[in-house]
This record gives sequence, structure tokens and C-alpha cells, in this order.
Amino acid sequence: MAALAINDAPDGRRTLRLSGRLDATTLPELWDAARRAAAAVPAAPLVIDAANVEYCDGAGVALFVDLLRQPREGKVEVANLAPTYAALLNQFDPEVLAHDLDPAAKRRPAIEELGFAAYGVWGDIRTQLEFIGETVAALGYAIRHPRTVRWRDVFRICEQVGADALPIVALISFLLGMILAFQSAVPMKRFGAEIFVADLIGLSMLRELGPLMTAILLAGRSGAAFAAEIGTMRVNQEVDALTTMGLSPVRFLVTPRIIAALLMTPLLVLFSDLIGMVGGAVTMQSFSIPIVAFLKEIDSAVTLTDFLAGFVKSFVFAVLIAGVGCLRGLQTRAGASAVGDAATRAVVTGIILLVVVDGLFAVAYYMLDI
Amino acid sequence: MSVNANSAVADDAKRLDDVIIRVEHVDAGYESALILQDVNFEVRRGEVFGILGGSGGGKSTLMKHIIGLNPPLAGHIYIDGDDIVTAGEAQLERIQRRFGVMYQSGALFGSMTLLENVRLPLEVYTSLPDDAIDLVARMKLELVGLDGFTGHMPAELSGGMQKRAGIARAMALDPSILFLDEPSSGLDPITAASLDATIRRLSQSLGVTFVIVTHDLGSVFVAMDRVILLDRRAKGIIAEGDPHRLRDETTDPRVRAFFRREAEPVAT
Repeated sequence: MAALAINDAPDGRRTLRLSGRLDATTLPELWDAARRAAAAVPAAPLVIDAANVEYCDGAGVALFVDLLRQPREGKVEVANLAPTYAALLNQFDPEVLAHDLDPAAKRRPAIEELGFAAYGVWGDIRTQLEFIGETVAALGYAIRHPRTVRWRDVFRICEQVGADALPIVALISFLLGMILAFQSAVPMKRFGAEIFVADLIGLSMLRELGPLMTAILLAGRSGAAFAAEIGTMRVNQEVDALTTMGLSPVRFLVTPRIIAALLMTPLLVLFSDLIGMVGGAVTMQSFSIPIVAFLKEIDSAVTLTDFLAGFVKSFVFAVLIAGVGCLRGLQTRAGASAVGDAATRAVVTGIILLVVVDGLFAVAYYMLDI
Repeated sequence: MSVNANSAVADDAKRLDDVIIRVEHVDAGYESALILQDVNFEVRRGEVFGILGGSGGGKSTLMKHIIGLNPPLAGHIYIDGDDIVTAGEAQLERIQRRFGVMYQSGALFGSMTLLENVRLPLEVYTSLPDDAIDLVARMKLELVGLDGFTGHMPAELSGGMQKRAGIARAMALDPSILFLDEPSSGLDPITAASLDATIRRLSQSLGVTFVIVTHDLGSVFVAMDRVILLDRRAKGIIAEGDPHRLRDETTDPRVRAFFRREAEPVAT
């Protein structure tokens, strides 16, 4: 245990007698009392008597430093501290420790914050434009020189983006088809129009939901994975190593990912369209619509144009997902949390862009009467 | 005066006889690879103990076994009498609270400033007033020469500075044992020398036991009382004792090569 005794001499000098073990477990109660006792007589000379201190670790030494660094008019000194502990105390300069040498940065005024935010957005747009240019150039080079593409990487990424995503795409698409069928069949049944649920599911899955849902799933799955993988490489200076070896990070890391996404996303969209319609067909069984009738209705309602309208989107979505994932990965700054930030930004930017581009497609199809 | 000196010597002798870590018949490695076989050694309270060896010799693996991160393939490791190998989760946590560890890269939390990193163990395990915790943390950072960087994020610092901050965090609670994994690699010679001096001072004044994994011979001869030398091919300890004596008196060519920085002897 630690103890504090206060002794005031007739000449005004105050002595704080510390005794026992001074460590992090014994000091919490003593600390404030010692500081108050010192502050109560700011003009009087103060002696901190450590003659009866049995043990003093880093926290104990900190108490002495704390008492020595407090501003006061009277002199303050530590007396009778055992030489081993005095050696620890002598390592520190209380004057230096009286001021924070590296205080936390003050918050900027709101107007400056706004300016910095706007500048950041502008910088981000510029980086994106540069990245798009570099990527297009790298893809052009890859088309002209297919042997320079690292096909082993492409196939590995194809497996991750495509084959490994099949179960989740199947599950979500099947449930989506089921939900659509249930939600629309109940009101349509009132008019005896259940069979038109097939038209609804066929058109919405092929034109809109198949491509969009698959793309959103891939943005969350593969876009985040690309950002985290390249972000970790950035943190570990692997990207710097590529650059100094004369290998363009865009050609080496981004091209294989975009090619893999371009190959796999349309296939996943096809798969999603099919499974979504199967989900709808299964549900409509419970509304006495046989599978054959369901398929026949889809066949009569859906045209090749409808299918292509959705299928074309999948290529654009693929480039968006892979491009944004890689860009956010390459923009990663230092530190473990930066990788998490990169993955988050990849998913958020990816999904926003997907929805915006999907909207543009909708407007374009409307104008072109597709 | 002479009585005091004698009693100090007796105290030192007593302290050094007191075993704080005992490694018994330990097979070190992972399930897929046995790196060291039947390792036995003791670390005495208050000494600066070095685990030396070439790259891939099992130094860091052995340290991971001793600090309870990975269980050894066989054997027992006693910290202050408690077996860390057979300890349950709660007991392991109690044992681990007695020591501090500095990892090779510093292993600082990237989302916290240096000061917050060092404050963390103090906030969790002590009830000191907030500004006292601040002061203790700043003093630890000053000990490793980083007082001017308290508000910096780890990512803003060089590798050597991160490592020093890692040492400060390991020392935050003044543990009785400090494990340091390659503390001086990446440090400039002046900082490395001041770190060696800090280690000696803490060992002598507070009786802190240091277990240091290193292959920095400069630190070995300045700071360490005793060392073991691990060898990858022998799968075990090939030398143990005072590093100066090992350097000057050994007849084993492998040990001599290590301590005299000679190229590895060619097997004949």
C-alpha cells in the first residue's frame, strides 16, 4: 500500500511524505490528494520526501514528475528518493513534460472544411478520369498484345468472381423470383390474371432485376475483394515494388480483373435470369399455373430485344464493378483501417454508379423505344 | 558501506537465482513443421536474456510459444511457476497480464494516435486519473524518444518509430517481464544504443526481466546477461551463457561464426 502524510513547518515549508509501494495499482487514490496538497500552498517551498518509498515503478515516477511540473511560485524538490528510482526520475525533464509537444490538430472552421471537401471531390474526379484513361489504354494494349495478359491470373480471378459466386447468385435470384411471383400473383388473382405473372417475371428479370441484382451482389463481393486485395498490396508496398520493377500496376493488377469480370458477369446474369424465372415458376405452381403454361407465357411475352437489353448492361456493369474496386484499392493510404476504408468505398461507389448507369440505360431505352 | 555493498551483492545473487521462466522439453514449430526439438532453458528474474539465431532458426516461433500465442508441439513452459501450455483461457489471460510484448513490426493500432496506443493498457487495467494516464503514457514515449509525436497516427511514422512506440506500449504497465521481438532492427545506431541503455536501466532499477529475440550482435554484447543460440540444422540450442564468454571461449565453429560474424562454416 502507499500512503501520503502532509507536514507544514513553521517557516511555511510543506513536506509531502510518500511511503510504501508507488505503482499503478496503489496510486489512483493518492494521486489527486498529493496534487491538491501541493496546489493548496502555491507560494510555499515544497519538499516531496520519498525516504519511506519501498518500491516505485513507472507510474510512481510519473507522480513525482507530475508534482514537479505543476506551475508554482515556491520551489519544489524531491528528497531522499533511493538512487535506483532517482535514476529513473532523472531520465525525465518535468519542464518538457509540462507542455504537450504534439497536441491534437484543432478543427478547421466550417468554411475551410467545406473547401477541403470540395477540393477532395475534385481531386477524386480527376483521379477517376486518369484511371479511366489508363485502364482504357491498358485494355487496348491487352487486345493488341493478348500474350502480355497474365491469363493464369485471369482464370484464377474468373473462378473467384464467377464460379464461387454461383451459390449466392442462385439463392438471391431464386428468392427474388419467388417474392415477385407471390407479391404480384395475389392481386392479379382477383382479376383472374395470374398467368400474366409470367410476363411480369420474365420481363423484369431479363431487362432489369437479373443484371442489376447480380451486379449489386458482385459489387459487394468481388468489388470489395478487389479493393481489399490491391489495398493490402499497396500497404505492403507491393504496388511500389511493381512500379519500380517497371511494371504498370494498372496493366498488371487491373487488366486481369476487368477481363475476368467481363467474362464472368454476363454468364452470372444469364444464370440469374434463368434461376429467377425458375423461382417464379415454382411459386406459380401453388396458384395452379403449371410450369409448361408459365414457360409458354414467357415465350410469348419476352422478345430477344428484352433479353439483349438486359444482357448488354451486364458488360457495362462488369467494367464498373472491377474498375471501381481496383481504383479504390490503388487509392488506399497507409494503415490497416485504410484497407477497410478502400473496401467500403468500393462497395458504396460501385452500387451508386450501378444504379445511376442503370437509370441512364432506362432513359436511353425509352428514347430508342427498346 | 561495505555491509551495504555486500547486501546488495547478496540481493543480486538471490534475484538472479530466482527462475521466472522455465522452458522444459519443448518441441517448437507448427503442426506441419517441427523447427526445434527438446528445448530446455531457464530465465532468471531481472536478467536480460537473449534468444539468438539465424533467420528461420525458430526464434520468433519459440517466443510465440512462451507468450502463449501458439501452443508448442510438446513440453511445458512455466512463467512464474504457472504452466502456460496447460493453462485455461482465464488463467492464460492472468499470466499474460504479467508481461508486455513488443512485436517485430510494432503492431500499433492504426486507428489510434501514438498516445492513445500507449494509454490503452493503462485505461483498461488501472484506475489512475485521466491526466495521470496521459503523463505516464507520454513518459513511456519519451523513454523511447517519441515525446514529440504523441498526436501522430502510426501510419505517419517510419518503421523504426513504430517499433519504438510498440516498446513504449509494451512497457505501459511496467510488467515484470518484457518480451521484445527484434527491437533494434530498423533503428538508427544512436536510438538502438539508447534503447539498450534503457533496457539495462529498467532491468537494474526495477528488476524487469527482458527476453529479447534478436540477431543484432551490438545489442547482445552491450545489453544482455545471458543468451541461447538456436540452430536450424541442429533443431535446438547449440550454446547458452554469457555472450562475451561464448564469443571468446567457444570451440564450436557454428557458435564462433555467429558471434564473430563470419560466413557459415562449410560442412565437410
